[in-house]
Amino acid sequence: MNVLIYLVPMALLLGLTGLLGFMWTLRTNQYDDLDGAALRILPDDDIDAE
Amino acid sequence: MIEALDLSNFVERSEPGRAHITLAVEAVNCAGCIRKIENGLQKLPGIIDVRLNFTQRRVAVEWHDRETSAERIIAALKQIGYSAHPFAPERIAAEDKHETKGLLRCLAVAGFAAMNVMLLSVSLWAGNVSDMTQETRDLFHWLSALIALPAAAYAGQPFFKSAWRAIRTRQLNMDVPITVGVTLALALSLYETATHAIHAYFDSAIMLLFFLLCGRYLDQAMRQRTRRFAGNLASFKAEFAHRFGPRGELTRVPASVLQSNDIILVQPGEAVPADGMIMSGRSEVDQSLVTGETIPQPVVSGMTIYAGAINCSGALTIKVAAAGSSTLLQEIERLLLRATEAKSRTVRLADRAARLYAPVVHLTAAATALGWLLAGASFHDAVVTAVAVLIITCPCAIALAIPTVQMVGAGRLFRASIILNSGDVIERLASVDTVVFDKTGTLTLPEGVADVSSIDPDVLERAARLALSSHHPLATALARCARERIPYAGVVEESGSGVHGNIEGQEARLGSALFCGLAEPSPQTNATNGAASTIFFTHAGHVTAIPIRQRLRPDAPTVVRALMARSFDLIILSGDRSKAVEPAAKQLGITQWHAGLSPAEKIAAIENLKSGGRRVLMVGDGLNDAPALAAATVSLSPITAAQLTQARADALFLGEHLVPVWDAIAVSRRARSLMQQNLGLAIVYNALAVPIAVAGMVTPLIAAAAMSGSSILVTLNALRGRLGRRPDFVHETGSSPQAKVPIAEDVPKDLVLKDVAVTRDQLECVQ
Repeated sequence: MNVLIYLVPMALLLGLTGLLGFMWTLRTNQYDDLDGAALRILPDDDIDAE
Repeated sequence: MIEALDLSNFVERSEPGRAHITLAVEAVNCAGCIRKIENGLQKLPGIIDVRLNFTQRRVAVEWHDRETSAERIIAALKQIGYSAHPFAPERIAAEDKHETKGLLRCLAVAGFAAMNVMLLSVSLWAGNVSDMTQETRDLFHWLSALIALPAAAYAGQPFFKSAWRAIRTRQLNMDVPITVGVTLALALSLYETATHAIHAYFDSAIMLLFFLLCGRYLDQAMRQRTRRFAGNLASFKAEFAHRFGPRGELTRVPASVLQSNDIILVQPGEAVPADGMIMSGRSEVDQSLVTGETIPQPVVSGMTIYAGAINCSGALTIKVAAAGSSTLLQEIERLLLRATEAKSRTVRLADRAARLYAPVVHLTAAATALGWLLAGASFHDAVVTAVAVLIITCPCAIALAIPTVQMVGAGRLFRASIILNSGDVIERLASVDTVVFDKTGTLTLPEGVADVSSIDPDVLERAARLALSSHHPLATALARCARERIPYAGVVEESGSGVHGNIEGQEARLGSALFCGLAEPSPQTNATNGAASTIFFTHAGHVTAIPIRQRLRPDAPTVVRALMARSFDLIILSGDRSKAVEPAAKQLGITQWHAGLSPAEKIAAIENLKSGGRRVLMVGDGLNDAPALAAATVSLSPITAAQLTQARADALFLGEHLVPVWDAIAVSRRARSLMQQNLGLAIVYNALAVPIAVAGMVTPLIAAAAMSGSSILVTLNALRGRLGRRPDFVHETGSSPQAKVPIAEDVPKDLVLKDVAVTRDQLECVQ
């Protein structure tokens, strides 16, 4: 059962990273415009700019 | 007239030299629009940042104050092809957003904790049937406690706060048993962990919070979405006022920034933007939105005038009055207050369930503990069993059962062009057995229409084209008949009487009888003849009287028949004259109608119905309907209604059809039956699970499986509301909604309801 010593903290750390990531997306208002985000990938005018 | 547009009230200045504005944009519906708007504005000098929010159909612009202005930005958008309207961010919206974010944060924390505790719990369940040592089990229990306790303390806040508020006011809501259950489960688990027991309920407690937060978030998201949509509509409709500045110069300002004692000018054809007293000028005003009266009333200086009235003939200078200072408004406010108090006494289905549920659950738990003690069990075992009962009966399924159905129902109504103001409207709509209609603007369309049946098409075309040059509402109605939409050149409008010009070398006049050379209106051409108003046209010495009638909504007869077939009682309560109400009632086949009612009489009629055990749906649009809307069990308003009335209605509908009234009832009835099914499922679940819990056979594994199982079941059942055809009455009555359009079928729809066409389009896009 020694494997638990690093497996459990690793699992928690991964979960916590996900949670912090979600909090970050929430703080930076990334859920304000879900439909817009889906559409913004469509135009490819940025290719012309290069 | 060129006047400056003053938008300073909408511009925010966070730091010197930088300005920010939010604009609601119409007709944004593709990826190309985003690029066009953002790139187009970016090219203007001085723009710092442009961001279009596609979901909300709003664009946020930031710029250097000295280099450009909000007016120029709106003009630039207009040039690109989009009309934008300044949007005042209300305080409620900001609070709402804050609350939604808070709930989402709680949901994330609960989700994280539930996943990790479950990770440990599954290992524990597996370990309990194999060879897990006592030390490892204790370690896992402590780890679970470490995750679950802080997470529950954070994520449980919405429930704890609401339960505390309820208890302080000596009431019971669903949050009380939730709080008691979660707290006891956590405390007991902590005690069990400290005493090296086999079972702990950390996973159940935290999973419960996660499911409940899902329900709460869905509820909040639905309300926010409809409110945001209504906010955009309000800004599209927002009226502008011509305000006199201190030096007598005119500026255009949004009506929402007018203050008492401002002096404003109202041109013919415009709506009065605020209540006030007429200082100078004489005119006729169309008060149909205020009183339901369809014949324009003459007004002179010194008289009080209400917002929403349409100025027909002469320019008026008005001194804005403080809100609620006029007698009519005071009376309406007073009636509203009383009616609203009466309404808050109706109890929502969820709260009714909670009132029954909470005592039953707590009594069962107490009885379980007592029973086990009497049967000789130890105090510890008795308490553990009682807590297991509390956990298993926690109203997880009930708390999800109603919000999920409400959300699905609201989405469905939204697609049927109905916007709800609150979630519990659905329950009240479903219980309706009597429908009360206002006439003007509700059964009939807000705009009149010319009765062209007896008029020579050539004469009509000339009259209609001449009418294009007038602002008078009667002329506007006539102008819609024009095939060629080009006004004649050199036409002069004479304030208060009509328009005249030259058609094909001959003098032509359009306006009142007197203006057209008729000395006294004859009985047949009397302006107040029945339901119609009359406008006169002379050309080459020949006089034609053109009646302008109120037009029924095109599908009104079909909807009325369908409602009658389902044995709803239909009643018309109108503020208009009985001469105008009778033909409409006859045409629709409604036998119970009352005309010339004051707001107080409308309320009395509705309260009379309610005291007779009826559940009344009031459909109305006028200012005079607002108290009646508040008094009724549930209320609907067309989007063209007066502002105060819209605020009072439980739901708004878009478009020129009356069928949303039918849809609202049909969808709500289906939603209510789903709610009842869901509550039934929750009861069945309890009936199965509670005996097991009382018997002391509930392990954490059974609790977790039962809880998630029942929650998923009710959610899936609620989602059934999305399936199936739109409940359509057309098939049931065997006729199409377009079956009987009373008059003037050739009126182009896009002209009649231009702004509603746009909002319809928008509605589809928001979906």
